[in-house]
Amino acid sequence: MVRIIGILIGLFFSGWLLVSFGMGAVEYVSNPPAETVEHEFVKHPKEVSFASDGPLGKFDRQQLQRGFQVYKEVCSACHSLRLVAFRNLEEIGYNEDEVKAIAANWSIGVPDADPNTGEMTTRPGLPADKFPLPFANDIAARAANNNAIPPDLSLMTKAREGGAPYVYSLLTGYTDPPANLPEANQPGPGLHYNPYFPNLNLAMAPPLAVEDQVSYSDGTKASIDQMAKDVSAFLIWTAEPKLEERHQAGWAVLAFLLIATILAYLSYRTIWADVKAEKKKKAAEV
Amino acid sequence: MSFPWAKQYTPTTEFGQWMDEKLPVPRLVYNSLGAGYPTPRNLNYMWNFGSLAGIFLVVQIVTGIILAMHYAANANIAFDSVEHIMRDVNSGWMIRYAHANGASFFFIAIYLHIGRGLFYGSYKAPREMIWLLGVVIYLLAMATAFMGYVLPWGQMSFWGAKVITGLFEAIPLVGKPIQELLLGGFAPDNAALNRFFSLHYLLPFVIAGVIIMHIWALHIPGSNNPTGVDVKGPQDTVPFHPYYTAKDGWTLGVALIFFTILMFFLPNALGHADNYIPANPLSTPAHIVPEWYFWPWYAILRAFTVDFLFIPAKLLGVLAMFSAILVWFFLPWLDKSPVRSGMFRPKFKIFFGILVVDVLVLGYCGGAPAAEPFVMISQFASAYYFAHFLIILPLLSRLEKPEPLPNSITESVTGKPLTTAS
Repeated sequence: MVRIIGILIGLFFSGWLLVSFGMGAVEYVSNPPAETVEHEFVKHPKEVSFASDGPLGKFDRQQLQRGFQVYKEVCSACHSLRLVAFRNLEEIGYNEDEVKAIAANWSIGVPDADPNTGEMTTRPGLPADKFPLPFANDIAARAANNNAIPPDLSLMTKAREGGAPYVYSLLTGYTDPPANLPEANQPGPGLHYNPYFPNLNLAMAPPLAVEDQVSYSDGTKASIDQMAKDVSAFLIWTAEPKLEERHQAGWAVLAFLLIATILAYLSYRTIWADVKAEKKKKAAEV
Repeated sequence: MSFPWAKQYTPTTEFGQWMDEKLPVPRLVYNSLGAGYPTPRNLNYMWNFGSLAGIFLVVQIVTGIILAMHYAANANIAFDSVEHIMRDVNSGWMIRYAHANGASFFFIAIYLHIGRGLFYGSYKAPREMIWLLGVVIYLLAMATAFMGYVLPWGQMSFWGAKVITGLFEAIPLVGKPIQELLLGGFAPDNAALNRFFSLHYLLPFVIAGVIIMHIWALHIPGSNNPTGVDVKGPQDTVPFHPYYTAKDGWTLGVALIFFTILMFFLPNALGHADNYIPANPLSTPAHIVPEWYFWPWYAILRAFTVDFLFIPAKLLGVLAMFSAILVWFFLPWLDKSPVRSGMFRPKFKIFFGILVVDVLVLGYCGGAPAAEPFVMISQFASAYYFAHFLIILPLLSRLEKPEPLPNSITESVTGKPLTTAS
């Protein structure tokens, strides 16, 4: 009885799926789906490598500091970094006094109540503060940015397919629209064409536009490519500050497990020796 | 229960003696996971994944309890509390990555364990109840994993919750109230997050309880084995401990090595980038996909594109998706072939191979965007999936001529007949 009902249900599901398949196939052949403009024009991120790549990767602190400088002087005007605190900068090589100075001199104050009147005001930053937000709220952010909210950058390299190479490609990828780009996909007013952006046009103007836009204190030449790479590296760190600990711990755990597994394998061989011997005897007899 | 030649527990210390009279827990452990459980001597490495799944459940429970100490189940701060764990909690990143990737390893183990049962006929008499409880464990694990993925309250959490609870909407009359009951509202929000957290904490312990019944039911007939032939004498078995504890032990090491590589060097490889964006009800991600372990079922859900008379395609998809797993409950009665092991069923072997490829294809299509040609491939693959369980297996048990079975496990291993000297 179970089998008869089962076969009937099976015939129904499988049969109807094949009917759906047939109808879909007819539709597919008679009316093939057009290739989307995005599919045709969006490019894969460029090949670019970072010191933190791979299981042995470590941060290049000099580069992270340069990247932080780019964030501070260029990106931070519009983009928040709300999950990172000033104190975290000690992890990329700034000392305590430098961190205090960076926090105190940050261009945006930290919202807080006035200790005397209790009214909301701003005060200079402290190492314990998170990076203050550049806009009071989403409405202000939209109003200042052609109706687009500049996304928070704390997790950016983990929150986009392609990660840091995508960020680097986007920053260096602005071009004029290709001649064969359909009219509907031409950048509208206040939009900028960038083939690395999933829908091709974005509200952010090319942020890194000229060489030496920032002047690096370590003497590195601030080419557009260099600045883009540095800020991408910095954003790898903001998204995954524990990357180095993770890699180190991973190798330690692997070393332990390799030894433990070899020992466990040897004890397995010892324990099974008598049972296996009986089996081998069979092989010898045959 | 168990075989007459099973080793008996004898307390060696006075305290052991005292304990054995009052609360014989050591005896219970000895008989269920120790030397008191005679196990077929010929189990191959496919028999290692049950204990592995159990160990990964323990990993999930331990890491999950620690995460719950730092996580805040509130829609306003859930996302940030996860980032707090990643950044400020001592070794919090390790606990969270272990938990997130541990779920994948639990499902890898459970899928191989189910596949083993399917091929070697472990669902057949007298082991039907073990199989049924196993399907219950799998269903509970899916519910638990789904609710766990909602907790970080990222974009994929939110939209996944919306899509999956939205499936219930397709059920006529009661669908909408069920969806509202699940969410505690009309869309995923704080109420949904809170009840998902509560249930995500509860269900693993329910799973642990069902696992105890699963193992209890296993100990009545004892383990199946690659030949599918019943255990006939003491020579056919070895004590579970130390033989299989040692075997499971070293393969646990191998599994943990793979786990380490994944969680320390590729911790986000199986996740989705969109889940690092906080949940935003006003912005729909381009592709909403569940975690990889749901992909085959997601492909079946999306394979139904045509209404059948008055039944809308969406409802058909939902029914088919649930049926795809519920059909396992009837498997012991659908496949009536008296031969358990696929090793001795020449035609079954071929169809089983096709099923494995079929489910992998379904999985691939379930993770791909809902566009052609993936929908057509899913339709074809889903049709085979249902045909396999509901048409091919029942007919095969009548039509197939199995190969001769070995007389005993011992004979298949040593070539010598089993001597039942008592």
